[in-house]
Amino acid sequence: MRLRTLLVIAGLAVASLVAVPARAERLIVSVSNHRVTVTPNYSGGELVLFGSVEKDDKTPSNRGNYDLVVTVSGPRADMVTRRKERKFGIWINTDSRQFLQVPGYLALFSNRPFEQIASPEVQRRQQLGLNNVLLMQRVGPDFADVVPNDPFRSAFVRLRSEHGLYREATSAVTFLTPTLFRTGIPLPAEVPIGTYNVEIKLFSEGALVTKTETAFEIVKVGFEQFVATTARQNGLVYGLVTAFMALMTGWMASIVFRKD
Amino acid sequence: MQLYLPIADIPVNVFLILAMGAAVGFVSGMFGIGGGFLMTPLLIFVGIAPAVAVASVASHIAASSFSGAISYWRRRAIDPLLAAVLLVGGTLGTTFGVWTFTFLRSLGQLDLMIALSYVILLTTVGGLMFWEGLRAMLRSRGGGAVTLRKPGSHGWIHGLPLKLRFKRSKIYLSVIPVVVIGLIIGFIGAVMGIGGGFILVPLMIYVLRVPTSTVIGTSMVLTLVTMVFATMLHAVTNHLVDAVLALILMVGGVTGAQFGARAGQKIRGEHLRLLLGLLVLAVGIRFAVELVIRPQDLFSIRETGGAPP
Repeated sequence: MRLRTLLVIAGLAVASLVAVPARAERLIVSVSNHRVTVTPNYSGGELVLFGSVEKDDKTPSNRGNYDLVVTVSGPRADMVTRRKERKFGIWINTDSRQFLQVPGYLALFSNRPFEQIASPEVQRRQQLGLNNVLLMQRVGPDFADVVPNDPFRSAFVRLRSEHGLYREATSAVTFLTPTLFRTGIPLPAEVPIGTYNVEIKLFSEGALVTKTETAFEIVKVGFEQFVATTARQNGLVYGLVTAFMALMTGWMASIVFRKD
Repeated sequence: MQLYLPIADIPVNVFLILAMGAAVGFVSGMFGIGGGFLMTPLLIFVGIAPAVAVASVASHIAASSFSGAISYWRRRAIDPLLAAVLLVGGTLGTTFGVWTFTFLRSLGQLDLMIALSYVILLTTVGGLMFWEGLRAMLRSRGGGAVTLRKPGSHGWIHGLPLKLRFKRSKIYLSVIPVVVIGLIIGFIGAVMGIGGGFILVPLMIYVLRVPTSTVIGTSMVLTLVTMVFATMLHAVTNHLVDAVLALILMVGGVTGAQFGARAGQKIRGEHLRLLLGLLVLAVGIRFAVELVIRPQDLFSIRETGGAPP
């Protein structure tokens, strides 16, 4: 029974691919810079994402009110949120919740509030807004996301937002013409190094029309890259060089400031 | 001027870090201590992860104690044999300390342990120093001579076996307490990111009865070697030593230390001890207050494991 259903679905999928090679709309996007380099004077920055909605002859002629949601998610990592409690008169970490492979940077941008774009059901399914993004957690023996007002989840989102690492802006996407749009992607100084995925979803009348993806990376280059990789891969050499540097600095100082 | 730190992964103001290095260097030169107990909290305060701060400060202390040790060596104020025996314990203690550090980090209680050990250690040592300095000051004001070394008094420490003659310090002492003291200093140095000079100096004076002439120089040698060793171990096991941060701290630190040393010579010994006691006590109390008052935010986030780069 189950296998048959699967086969039917697969058949339908193939059929739809063959029958409708092009969708009604197509999104063409690009970011201003696909490779952000972290240099010694790096202190954050902003990327610009721009794109256009390409219509073709299959597009219903009355379609015009597009909504756009851009989701930028940075390199994923395991994190733990801890709660302090008063024990023996001092505040110590007691409870904790593990967040599994959650994005280090997460930004959601749209041209108008999510509740105006789609129904709550669609918002949840399409993960629109920080409240609806899937943040996998270890809850007891299970792996799941929890309700948005869960104390650990909301504290996690709040703390990340305070550092500018999680953000939500429902007026950040601007339509320059009915089909041409742009949005800025602000990157605070402490953004994690790695690959960032950008997912662009086009909605019309509360339903997803099409989506596309692009990516950019934030990399350390030159000296920063060299130091970071050496520290990780050749710990012994790195330690020796640092220790030698310390001795040299101390020795130099004793010569420079020698009293006689 | 902003500079991006490659290991700490945050941009910092170079002049702020330089100034911090110089200020701590001044204090360390003045009192003949490494100053790690001031530097580590300051770095944590500007937003550097505690683990990176502890590991990087180790190399900073190595630099300042090396420049100090050189000038003490020229004045023949170092007891090489005493330093060597202390080092035996120090090396063992450091290894054990870095291992404990890694273990606590995996438990997620490193910050609490660092804060707690700061409170306990600093308030105790600071309180004792302050009290001793106060008493010495009152005694000298009363007219009596201040003697740190009472030749007639022999505690149980002097009855221990394995005695050795430390020529430069002119003492005859068992190696057991010396090794144990080295072990303690090495351990807390690696765990807390401090050189331990402010504990070692009083221990050597009051427990081992080492004459003041060789105390500071010898303690600097121990600090130097344990901190070089701690830098190496932190670099190999935790990959958390930020060389750029360390270099800025070192340059600021060694410069400040020179001026501090000159200032220190103008102040009388017991006043100096009283001041140091107050300073250590103040830092300890600051940590205690932080643990006791309700934190602004009860929640905190820590990354536990990133995706492989």
